[in-house]
Amino acid sequence: MANGTSAYIRRDMVAPQPAPPGATGVSHWLKTKLFATPKDIVLTILAIALLVYIVPGMVDWLFIDAVWTGDNRAACATIQQGGVLPDGQSGACWAFIGAKFQQFIFGRYPLDERWRPMLVMVLFVILLIPMLLPKAPFKGWNALALFIILPVISFFLLIGGVFGLEHVETPLWGGLMVTLILSFFGITVSLPFGIILALGRRSELPVIKTLCVAFIEVIRGIPLITVLFMASVMLPLFLPDGWTFDKLLRALIGVSIFSSAYMAEVIRGGLQVIPKGQFEGADSLGLSYWQKMRLIILPQAIKLVIPGIVNTFIGLFKDTSLVSIIGMFDLLGIVTLNQSDANWSTPVTPVTGYIFAGFIFWMFCFGMSRYSAFMERHLDTGYKR
Amino acid sequence: MKKTVLSAALGAAVLGLASAASAATLDDVKAKGFVTCGVSAGIPGFSNPDDKGEWTGLDVDYCRGIAAAVFGDAKKAKFVPLSSKDRFPALQSGEVDVLTRNTTWTISRDTSLGFNFRTVNYYDGQGFIVKKSLNVKSAMELSGAAVCVQTGTTTELNLADYFKANNLQYNPVVFEKEADATTAYDSGRCDVYTTDQSGLYAIRLKMKNPDENMVLPEVISKEPLGPAVRQGDDKWFDVVSWVHYAMVNAEEFDITSKNVDEKKASGGPDIKRMLGAEDGGKIGTDLGLTNEWAYNIVKMVGNYGEVFDRNVGPGSPLKIERGLNALWSKGGLQYAPPIR
Repeated sequence: MANGTSAYIRRDMVAPQPAPPGATGVSHWLKTKLFATPKDIVLTILAIALLVYIVPGMVDWLFIDAVWTGDNRAACATIQQGGVLPDGQSGACWAFIGAKFQQFIFGRYPLDERWRPMLVMVLFVILLIPMLLPKAPFKGWNALALFIILPVISFFLLIGGVFGLEHVETPLWGGLMVTLILSFFGITVSLPFGIILALGRRSELPVIKTLCVAFIEVIRGIPLITVLFMASVMLPLFLPDGWTFDKLLRALIGVSIFSSAYMAEVIRGGLQVIPKGQFEGADSLGLSYWQKMRLIILPQAIKLVIPGIVNTFIGLFKDTSLVSIIGMFDLLGIVTLNQSDANWSTPVTPVTGYIFAGFIFWMFCFGMSRYSAFMERHLDTGYKR
Repeated sequence: MKKTVLSAALGAAVLGLASAASAATLDDVKAKGFVTCGVSAGIPGFSNPDDKGEWTGLDVDYCRGIAAAVFGDAKKAKFVPLSSKDRFPALQSGEVDVLTRNTTWTISRDTSLGFNFRTVNYYDGQGFIVKKSLNVKSAMELSGAAVCVQTGTTTELNLADYFKANNLQYNPVVFEKEADATTAYDSGRCDVYTTDQSGLYAIRLKMKNPDENMVLPEVISKEPLGPAVRQGDDKWFDVVSWVHYAMVNAEEFDITSKNVDEKKASGGPDIKRMLGAEDGGKIGTDLGLTNEWAYNIVKMVGNYGEVFDRNVGPGSPLKIERGLNALWSKGGLQYAPPIR
């Protein structure tokens, strides 16, 4: 190794060569991903056969043979069933969704007053979008408006009875509106309460600790449906004559207590992971308990459990359909209720209604899960393993 | 624990007083300005929402009739949709003033549950629907059949009684929801489906090939459906009962919502007495209402025949025949005591 001039020592980097033919492109992808081994080949063919079997029929049913307009069941029923379609045709009855759409969104909220929920919705979207964008300014004021001021305004706007607005009692509320109110309220309440409960459960003060453990374990031990059912059937019998709890309020309380207990455990999971050094470091800086939690521990802990938090939110969003047990009509409830309308009763109406409800639920849940994925990437500060 | 106190306080702050379940329901109803009726959460033709979200149906119109009689305004009725589990506690606790939720009048409901029944706004009975291809003409030929039935209902019990009494074998295929049971029958899981006859009419609308099915002639149970009120409030009980009787009497007199004004002016003495056009009449005031009470019911809601027709009869997709629900003078069971 006296000098670097030996003829067989290369001085220049070899220019990168294109991948050999067959190692890139569609054919390579097919070869490695779909047809790599005999087992893969069999599975691929089975999957394709399944798709060919299902998809054309689904497209036919959902779009091609579907009925898009009509005023009553005749539009969606075959001649044999007392309608106008040729016998044997079967497709989704979107006309049913069209006729009932407003009801699915607002429930039985009076027709002339529906601008009120619309206005609430618009305000909500206006406040929510900057809240969701990490770069938007004035987060504090925005949060105050979204989580404190908006609910108060919405409450008076929706229920009325003040400022000359007509009183609209909660049994008339329904549809997607109730689903969103319940889940927004549940989500807003459960996060702070969940944090407090999680901290309480890890507290060294025995009374607080016992209370929090008891609360969480009791709530997690009962199904939500039981509590709602108790509240609707038993509670009126125990209350003094004539006192009734508003059903929506019962549901709001039930749902938020529940999600708080679940949220507490999710957040506790995050707290467990924070290394002891972080606590000790914060202590040695002379931070108080709340400063330590607010500035050091919680930001790290919550970031770690975002998937769990969003999981709880999504579960909560879907659990709201349990309120149909107590005679409230959320999105799913009002879709089911309208299936009893003899004017629209056909073999395809129930399925169409369920597909519509399922699609709306999916849209919201998918939105939440995409946003949480975005937030995880945004907050990623090198913990990724 | 903190939250429970908080929720109670919130509840007290947000909520007002509902009607008290006292012994003077009529006064309470008048004081609050509307009548609250428990209805079913969706039974076709009895109570279901229309395209605008308004409740319609036979039971709903009964409630509107009560509102028309008490307030002279059929719109002063509020509807609380109740499941079959919720309905009795809701009436007991005073959440509703009257239960117009196609409830079968039975002795145990009349006595041990503490309700009162008197009028029957729909005489129903349990029947069977079968595929025509089975070539069955009577329920007696159903031995060994698979029967779709909704669980937890009197229907299921009646079915067991009937087959046992007639020494027939059968395989029950039970479902939690009526919709699931009918879908199962329609797709061939069972040979027979059984429910109340009014329900059999509603199911035909959901079938792929309604003409391939037939309803068997046997009716194996009595299901008198009528409104229930709390025991011990005779005044309110009278009002609720006479609303139905007024509607039936109106049909007997051929008074309809269209010709009621004419009849009031030019009808015979019995018609004038009923519609409150008689001088010095006090039939309505004795009921605790105005003398126009029956006029208001017929004008705003219609007579029994009209209500039946537009909700479950030929004017609706259900097209149920009058059958047992025809007037007594036409071979049915609807018979109302005279208004005098």
